[in-house]
Amino acid sequence: MITVKSLTKRYAHNTAVDQISFEVQKGQIVGFLGPNGAGKTTTMRMLTCFLTPSAGTATVAGFDIFEQPLEVKRHIGYLPETPPLYPEMRTAEYLSFVGQLKGLSGVELRSRVDYACERCAVTDVKNKLIGKLSRGYRQRVGLAQAIIHNPDVLILDEPTAGLDPKQINETRDLIKGLAGDHTIILSTHILPEVSQTCEQVIIINKGKVVATDSVSNLQNRARSGESVLVEVAGRNATLDPATVQRKLEQVAGVSRVVFKQDGQKRAVFEVEGEKDRFVRGDLARAVVESGWDLNELRAAAVSLEEIFLQLTGEESSAAVEKAADGETE
Amino acid sequence: MKNVWIICRKELHSYFVSPVAYLLLVMFAVIFGFFFWNILGAVVYYSMESLMAGEPSPMNINEQIVRPLLSNINVIGLFFIPMITMRLFAEEKRTGTIELLATSPVRDIEVIVGKWLAAVLLYAVMLLSTMLDFAFLFKYGNPDWKPAAIGYLGLLLQAGGLLAIGTFISTLTRNQIIAGAATFGVCLLLWVLGWVGEYETATWARVLSYMSVITHFDSFSKGVLDSKDAIFDATVIFLGLFFTARSMESLRWRS
Ligand SMILES: Nc1ncnc2c1ncn2[C@@H]1O[C@H](COP(=O)(O)OP(=O)(O)OP(=O)(O)O)[C@@H](O)[C@H]1O
Ligand SMILES: [Mg+2]
Repeated sequence: MITVKSLTKRYAHNTAVDQISFEVQKGQIVGFLGPNGAGKTTTMRMLTCFLTPSAGTATVAGFDIFEQPLEVKRHIGYLPETPPLYPEMRTAEYLSFVGQLKGLSGVELRSRVDYACERCAVTDVKNKLIGKLSRGYRQRVGLAQAIIHNPDVLILDEPTAGLDPKQINETRDLIKGLAGDHTIILSTHILPEVSQTCEQVIIINKGKVVATDSVSNLQNRARSGESVLVEVAGRNATLDPATVQRKLEQVAGVSRVVFKQDGQKRAVFEVEGEKDRFVRGDLARAVVESGWDLNELRAAAVSLEEIFLQLTGEESSAAVEKAADGETE
Repeated sequence: MKNVWIICRKELHSYFVSPVAYLLLVMFAVIFGFFFWNILGAVVYYSMESLMAGEPSPMNINEQIVRPLLSNINVIGLFFIPMITMRLFAEEKRTGTIELLATSPVRDIEVIVGKWLAAVLLYAVMLLSTMLDFAFLFKYGNPDWKPAAIGYLGLLLQAGGLLAIGTFISTLTRNQIIAGAATFGVCLLLWVLGWVGEYETATWARVLSYMSVITHFDSFSKGVLDSKDAIFDATVIFLGLFFTARSMESLRWRS
């Protein structure tokens, strides 16, 4: 659906996007991930024909962004970083104006306005002035604007920025709901968002692609061996974590045991297995045979944060962590 | 063409839903009304005086009232043109809505002409408000309507050119105040350039005075439709819109 080849954007004093290449298949949701200033917005602006690339090519929905910009624009819905709203218009008026710009008219226009309002849950503010809407509603109207003409491709620049946690969840669900009919690229620097919403991730840093893969593959790639969380409880007696740790370390194939936390009569450990060895069965047996209870045994998810830090290197990592913390709390 | 109309309607809506249009209209009507009664009063006073002196001069409403009034409208308009055009693109750039227009399947030129057309229509409505006063003149006097109509055509053509220049300047900045001030400066300059022609006859002076908009309004105000002047105004409109298009294109490289 989207093919990008060595796309480059140079400004007078810096290169914002440097030879980016990637592909997006039809119907996918792709997360465009990167720290502040990585070049996400710039890339999206080039894909939507708002900016002219300095070099490289891209096709969107089968149309070249240089040769057929009008066709590209007809097939994309775009939510810029700041929703492009006119405060003096009412929601329905605005959506109808955008619909007309995208070439809709008559009955179709009216039904699409109703559809977009419903889909983005803005029906109750249809007749309100956009300037008087709350931030979250404005974001949703921005989203409604992007889907009004039922585009093949949706390009969303930080669709959840500035929303409260409830609204963030609603927006993510909305985006996931849109996935089937539309191919979606969404940018973000909030990592949990990607693992929750996207199937595919493109990580960029300083204008370059550093990784393109599915979320699960990325997580596997970051950890070579298996990593599990084990919660052990003493049957009747209290539990000595040190003993349990020693026992776990003796299990064949275990390379490292980290004591995580201590409860009343239980203890949690993170156990890492050696490369290509499955240690879960042996771990369970060892715990039970020692007369303890095995409360929980599950794969420890590698957080995207860790992958991110590995991929984008030290200097940018602090900024990312800060941004991610700020947004998720 | 349809897209031009969509943009134009949206702009008119924005003008009229915010108090901008009404404010401009009322101010324009009040100021013009003042000029109108002022000129009328002066003309009546002087003709009374010449009557008293026993040498009644023939009254020519077109020459004595309509023509100076048209020039007055033109001067007042000069102050209003920047206020009409300053927001056209500067505001879209500031709020980011330019991204919507530039990524919709419409051509830049359709956006530009739509916005400019809305500005011209708003100016036309302002001109309409002056016709109320003129209606009074036509009821009690007996002026020739043809020269007045040609005068109005000249006003509209000249404003079209200045509005196109204002539209262009509005694409250069995201600050409305700067856009407005620069437009006023340029329009004023295009106006006063004509003055050098009054005392200088060298080539440079003739060129400068040719570039002035009032040089080309003179015959309109007399009620004479001179194609040279109409072509001049059309050229200004074309150049203004052309540079606006170039400016929008360069935004795609810079912003
Ligand atoms: N008009 C411009 N002129 C010069 N440099 C620019 C311009 N716009 C962006 N840049 C630079 O390009 C780089 C990439 O910016 P971009 O907005 O694409 O980052 P981003 O990934 O969207 O960041 P964020 O997460 O903060 O939104 C930045 O270093 C920025 O300073
Ligand atoms: Mg950005």
